Amino acid sequence: MSKIYKQQIGSRTYQFDNLAEVMAKATPLRSGDQLAGLAAETAEERVVAQMVLAEIPLNTFLTEALIPYEQDEVTRLIIDSHDAHAFAPIAHLTVGDFRNWLLSEEADEDALTHIRAGVTPEMAAAVSKIMRNQDLILVAKKCRVITKFRNTIGLQNRLSTRLQPNHPTDALNGIAASILDGLMFGNGDAVIGINPATDNVPQAIKLMQLMDDLIQRYQIPTQSCVLTHVTNTIEAIEQGAPVDLIFQSIAGTQAANDSFGINLNILHEAYQAGLSLNRGTQGNNLMYFETGQGSALSADAHHGLDQQTCEARAYAVARHFNPLLVNTVVGFIGPEYLFDGKQIMRAGLEDHFCAKLLGLPMGCDICYTNHAYADQNDMDTLLTLLGVAGCSFIMGIPGSDDIMLNYQTTSFHDALYARKVLGLQPAPEFEQWLTDFEIFQDVPAVKLNDSMAKPFLNLVNNI
Amino acid sequence: MKAIQKKQIVKQSPWQKLRSFTDARIALGRAGSSVPTAELLKFQLAHAQAIDAVHSQLPINQLAQSLPLPSLKLQSQAIDRMQYLQRPDLGRRLSETSYQQLVDYRMQADCQYDLVIAICDGLSAAAIEHHAAKFIRAFLTSQPPSSQLKFAPIAIVEQGRVAAGDDVCEALKAKAVLLLVGERPGLSSPDSLGLYLTWQAKRGCKDAFRNCISNVRPAGLSYQEAADKAWYLLAEAKKLGTSGVAVKDRTSVAQQDSLDGQKSQSFLSNNTERGS
Repeated sequence: MSKIYKQQIGSRTYQFDNLAEVMAKATPLRSGDQLAGLAAETAEERVVAQMVLAEIPLNTFLTEALIPYEQDEVTRLIIDSHDAHAFAPIAHLTVGDFRNWLLSEEADEDALTHIRAGVTPEMAAAVSKIMRNQDLILVAKKCRVITKFRNTIGLQNRLSTRLQPNHPTDALNGIAASILDGLMFGNGDAVIGINPATDNVPQAIKLMQLMDDLIQRYQIPTQSCVLTHVTNTIEAIEQGAPVDLIFQSIAGTQAANDSFGINLNILHEAYQAGLSLNRGTQGNNLMYFETGQGSALSADAHHGLDQQTCEARAYAVARHFNPLLVNTVVGFIGPEYLFDGKQIMRAGLEDHFCAKLLGLPMGCDICYTNHAYADQNDMDTLLTLLGVAGCSFIMGIPGSDDIMLNYQTTSFHDALYARKVLGLQPAPEFEQWLTDFEIFQDVPAVKLNDSMAKPFLNLVNNI
Repeated sequence: MKAIQKKQIVKQSPWQKLRSFTDARIALGRAGSSVPTAELLKFQLAHAQAIDAVHSQLPINQLAQSLPLPSLKLQSQAIDRMQYLQRPDLGRRLSETSYQQLVDYRMQADCQYDLVIAICDGLSAAAIEHHAAKFIRAFLTSQPPSSQLKFAPIAIVEQGRVAAGDDVCEALKAKAVLLLVGERPGLSSPDSLGLYLTWQAKRGCKDAFRNCISNVRPAGLSYQEAADKAWYLLAEAKKLGTSGVAVKDRTSVAQQDSLDGQKSQSFLSNNTERGS
């Protein structure tokens, strides 16, 4: 039986029937938890739940599974892979103590790296719920997560970009035009990643070849990815396609992953298939995962957990496969889960913090749909905040407008803005390439060349 | 300080030519490294149009007059746009009054309907306003001579989502529902119409039992193409006694074949030496 939690405030006694309810009611307001009927009913109840949560010892999360061990392979993964040695230094802390320690000078890069494997997603989610936005930024900035394939992602004062050249009919020249546009604006070091409009294996292979030819021909220190279902990518590998990164959307419960048509075994099979190709030159991190709050609720697979806790549990899945890149697609799901700019902003900072604390190379698709109460100004704010927080990568798309997926994310220009005001640079190998090909006069100063680099100008002139 | 040369403030992107390959916002040029004013305002205008589309009201009387069949005005359980956006469950159901209205209508009319066309504002009333009546005319005039269907009156549902059509179909005991809905507006497509066909739809129907025809608008899928596709799907659904994943949309396969027939290489593979 799980414990009942009570707290007296003035004359009123608040009661929370279990740990999951404390977690849900302690969560800063968002529409998805309201939709699920899990949110605190009053502002006071929310803070009371936060006070209760702050008193809960971290080790409670090891003994009280929020989704039963027997029912859910993500819970089993979390419990079975928990590192008691790494946990030891923080084992006696409450959630409230944990926040204090994370903010302390003692919790430096080394200490945070040491405890990483001892922190479960639920602990990360719990502490994030009692942290202010500035806490989420401050602690995330101290976490260092470095991954490698053909370049190095996550070094200090670096901000990488996924070049996202989507086209509504996958027209190859249309995709190629957007790729070239992005490269000329210095984007694409995290990955050149296409969401295919037509989701089948022959189409995916065609797009993989297009990107591989380009990367080989101009010796671009980056990697490519077609964001198709993982089983399609496995098939593409079997057919000899040039697969760099293997993509999959993942969620924090077994049932939600079922609805995506995946499980840990399938991901393992894909990971092994990718490793067998041995295409990385700097390292072999080759998985690319996308997540986002609300996906478990939307699949009716949330087991009464709040959407942010479900989201953090997805990071346990990601962590198991040593990914090169992970990003939350924070505002894509719509206003029924994250209503407005304020909720999207908070969720973006939470997701980035939790993932970094757990040791993931976390990026963010800073985005919104046209039926959410958000606009480009909200995205500017979140981009700036995440840049300060040391976010590993963001999206880069022509003029912020994805003409295939019909939503808005950060543009090639936005990435240059963030680099300029925050003194950030792309991955070092890519920085060198931008210099060698004379695309930039000065990468650290974010100074582009006025004329187009010769080999690319020839390409355009020959059309 | 000397007067600023206006022409030199914005640096144009020398790859303008590539714009012919895509509607994506490429080759925007730059002011410093930021988006130049003209392009910024173009984007803002497109976003404003998309927001207005989400919040536009369905001119319901005008719509009813423009339809080639009689219609009934109904409401979902979502009382306004704010509630509609935050409570998808309410937009998926007819209000009790509207449901009863349809039941009463069926009892009085006392006939078996083959098909009911339902119209939901969805996320773009503008899409309905611009395309619903025109599509329905194209649909009715391209009815194959072999299938003389008995149509129910058109059900217009305010604040409705796709699944509201299930209630309509159930209450009228129609054999199938063809639902027209305003799709989530994109920046370049604020008024895109979506069509969903569900055979013997009932409340609680899973999405896997629907067939979807998306992006119906002059710059996307034409009314005639959409109508032909809808008749094809309807015939298949009738044959199989079900809709959704079991019905394979061969018209899409044919389209895919033509896609596959397009050039398998892009301009990126051109030889840069030649003629340079």
